[in-house]
Amino acid sequence: MSDLKSALPGARFDGFATVEETGLRGMVTLRGDLSSKVLAKAVKAAVGAGMPQSGQVSRGDKGLVAWMSPDELLLVVAHDLAGDIVVALNDALKGEHALAVNVSDARAVFRIAGDHAAEVLAKLAPVDLSDAAFPPGSFRRTRLAQIPAAFWRNEDGSFELVCFRSVADYAFGILSKSAMKGSRVGVL
Amino acid sequence: MLTLQCPYCGVWAEETELHAEGEAHLKRFGPGSDDADFESYLFMRENPKGVHFERWRHSHGCGKFFHAARCTMTLKVFGTYPAQTLEPPQDIKDRISETYPGWTWRNFK
Repeated sequence: MSDLKSALPGARFDGFATVEETGLRGMVTLRGDLSSKVLAKAVKAAVGAGMPQSGQVSRGDKGLVAWMSPDELLLVVAHDLAGDIVVALNDALKGEHALAVNVSDARAVFRIAGDHAAEVLAKLAPVDLSDAAFPPGSFRRTRLAQIPAAFWRNEDGSFELVCFRSVADYAFGILSKSAMKGSRVGVL
Repeated sequence: MLTLQCPYCGVWAEETELHAEGEAHLKRFGPGSDDADFESYLFMRENPKGVHFERWRHSHGCGKFFHAARCTMTLKVFGTYPAQTLEPPQDIKDRISETYPGWTWRNFK
């Protein structure tokens, strides 16, 4: 077995909010008919979470399920679970028009934490991140400066952000720049 | 700056999260069609000052194509609707008629 490494192991920046790379994370892209009961059951069995509403994540004992588009979910779990989950999903979805792919190693994950974490993202993405518009459990696929990214808000108010691994360095760079001490806009 | 609501994910997306994909409701003429039809399908586009129907893609979001009806002069948006249709929905046509009675666009009115 090769020595698995995340995109930027241990990367961390402390500004008015903290930006850190969270290490290896399991991610499974699941496409299919989201109204299908078979698919909902398979997701429940895999992650322990129900189907998320549009623009939301739902949480289970093994991880969370994010609503990516009208026919796509992202299952976020521990890194070593992803392979087994793909096998289990393919088994459970036999005969359904669906596709499950392990994309864990194509992605990088960052956590943005601190009282003003929302402001770090609000400078980079065209999204209303006020508490009212983006409460914990909200999920959004969008643009982070020049790259595609997706993020959700945790119960503790911190954000977790997923982007392509190939642009992890760029993402960490702009997030750190955005979180620099003294650069708060003071709105969020 | 345009802000359009994606009819698939409900997100109010501003222009930089979207990609303009040209005119909506084009009828494709492929192999076997006559030259005039093919030429008009490939090259002839509306360029109105006023009501226009466009195709957009929520490229940095859910990735779906949708249609938007708007005014090119005032940037007023009359509405967005899913792309799986040959014609704009009646409620959007009614909304355009409120602002521009008697409007026409290709064969819609």
